[in-house]
Amino acid sequence: MSGVLVVVEHREGRLGRASLEALAAGQQLAAGVGGECFAIVLGDGIAGVVGELKGKRLAKVFAVERALLKAYTADGYVHALEQVLKKVGPAYVVFPHTYQVRDYAPALATRFGQVLVPDVVAISFGGDGRPTFVRQLFQGKLNGDYRQVGVGPCFVSVQAGSFRGDAVQAGSAAVEPIAVELTERQIRTRPGERFREAAQTVDLTASPVIVSVGRGIREQENIALVQALADALGAELAASRPICDAGWLPMERQVGSSGQTVAPKLYLAVGISGAIQHLVGMKGSKTVIAINKDADAPIFEVADYGVVGDLFEIVPALTKAVLEAKGGGGN
Amino acid sequence: MKILVAIKQVPERDAQLAIGPGGRWIEESGVGYTINEPDAYALEEALRLKEAVGAGAEVIAISAGPERVASTLREALAKGADRAIHIVADDLGARDTLGLARLLAEVVRAEAPDLVLTGLQSDDLGLGQTGVVLAELLGIPHATIILQVEKTEAGLRVKRELEDGWFQHVDLPLPALLTIQSGGNKLRYATLMGIKRAKSKELKTVAAGAAAESAAVTLERVYLPERQKRTEMLTGSAAEVAAQIVEKLKFEVRVL
Repeated sequence: MSGVLVVVEHREGRLGRASLEALAAGQQLAAGVGGECFAIVLGDGIAGVVGELKGKRLAKVFAVERALLKAYTADGYVHALEQVLKKVGPAYVVFPHTYQVRDYAPALATRFGQVLVPDVVAISFGGDGRPTFVRQLFQGKLNGDYRQVGVGPCFVSVQAGSFRGDAVQAGSAAVEPIAVELTERQIRTRPGERFREAAQTVDLTASPVIVSVGRGIREQENIALVQALADALGAELAASRPICDAGWLPMERQVGSSGQTVAPKLYLAVGISGAIQHLVGMKGSKTVIAINKDADAPIFEVADYGVVGDLFEIVPALTKAVLEAKGGGGN
Repeated sequence: MKILVAIKQVPERDAQLAIGPGGRWIEESGVGYTINEPDAYALEEALRLKEAVGAGAEVIAISAGPERVASTLREALAKGADRAIHIVADDLGARDTLGLARLLAEVVRAEAPDLVLTGLQSDDLGLGQTGVVLAELLGIPHATIILQVEKTEAGLRVKRELEDGWFQHVDLPLPALLTIQSGGNKLRYATLMGIKRAKSKELKTVAAGAAAESAAVTLERVYLPERQKRTEMLTGSAAEVAAQIVEKLKFEVRVL
């Protein structure tokens, strides 16, 4: 076969959102290159996910059912998928850009003498019918166009939120089980159970207004300025990763790929430059207001309203204006 | 225990970026360079492991790139690395991840370390895969996005970050490769004594072999992204800006 093979992930018997988005990207890519779209799922007890995939517009759903693939390991996935790809022979392999994919897909591509094009935000087609993959560089400050020049399967992972999971075309797909050779000895790492540090007590996702603070705040004691603004707005206070890494705010207030994903009515970003890892956690917000000293900060790419200036002047002025508006407005 | 840390030198985070001639990379002149942040955490983890293991432990910093890379390696030596290896290559732009990882693998194989550490991704290209590809070329197990490393009898136990605030411990034998996440430790500064000592430490240069094989993927063009949203910029004094935001909050966002 040529065509596109989408490698999906699942948790608790269902496809994740990122995998639906990868399927949408796969269907789009297949339409662009004039090929068919296939999907593959690996694991133990995957009947539910296979059932879900059967209802999508796919040429076929491949299923690798193995007890050794119950818990994810890079070795297990690389060994299994290497055999699958050799058997199936896709021209393109599409993954969701998850932490799991980041852990094994580069090694899988290496086995084929290829290089994964990771974290793709868009796919376009030039005159020669070959796809161009767009990625963000320099924490989102620049874009880059990547193309495959070698011969062999082309490996691509797509960024969360860049393709529409609800755009996956429905249909009916046949299922083909694939047997792979895999022994316990080939798996060199021993993964433990997933755990969380502490019970999450702050649910940022429930808050309609979020005020979020980033590196621009410079020092821990300055957080109080932003806290005052959040209090005035009746908002939850959130932060980008460096603030939580520094221990200035607890990890449970972190927004981004390693923290919470939020989509409030208002997201007010203070001193946040907008690295990709942060943007994926908040770009679904209805309205984004950004205050930053750097006019080129990527946060302005997703902002509805932007202020280029000194947060140490603007935030106190805004807190005061909000309090006045609330007091004077009678509500 | 021999620990090798692979470091990348990247433009400083607040560097003003301009597109270079030809449009395939940034204009490099006038840009300040520094250690890639996650690599700084990888170095920190290596130094802590060395301190925990004690006698016989050695930390070697390696980096590939043009002449300017030597300054970042000197800094690693000043922070406590025992020696450094500079793979001198002026054509990194022409090598893809596999090409670069092959360069690194050659040096790493010769050193035969127990542990290879590197940052989980670079601040410039952000491909986040050099470590995993290097492990595959070396034929050693790896774990990615690691926040803590603990030496055990059988090898290592690491704490791996997952999405949405989840974590996982992973046990793996040595030799192994880990990609380190930022924030797991507090970074140390180089002391004056460290800077002084660094001058007498070995910084070996190795010439990179020619990029023999052709790349698998190429970066054809870099450019400023188009705005996804039309951003209305608010200007004026702090009080004027605040008043405009309050108007928006009242009548458009409707949260006041």
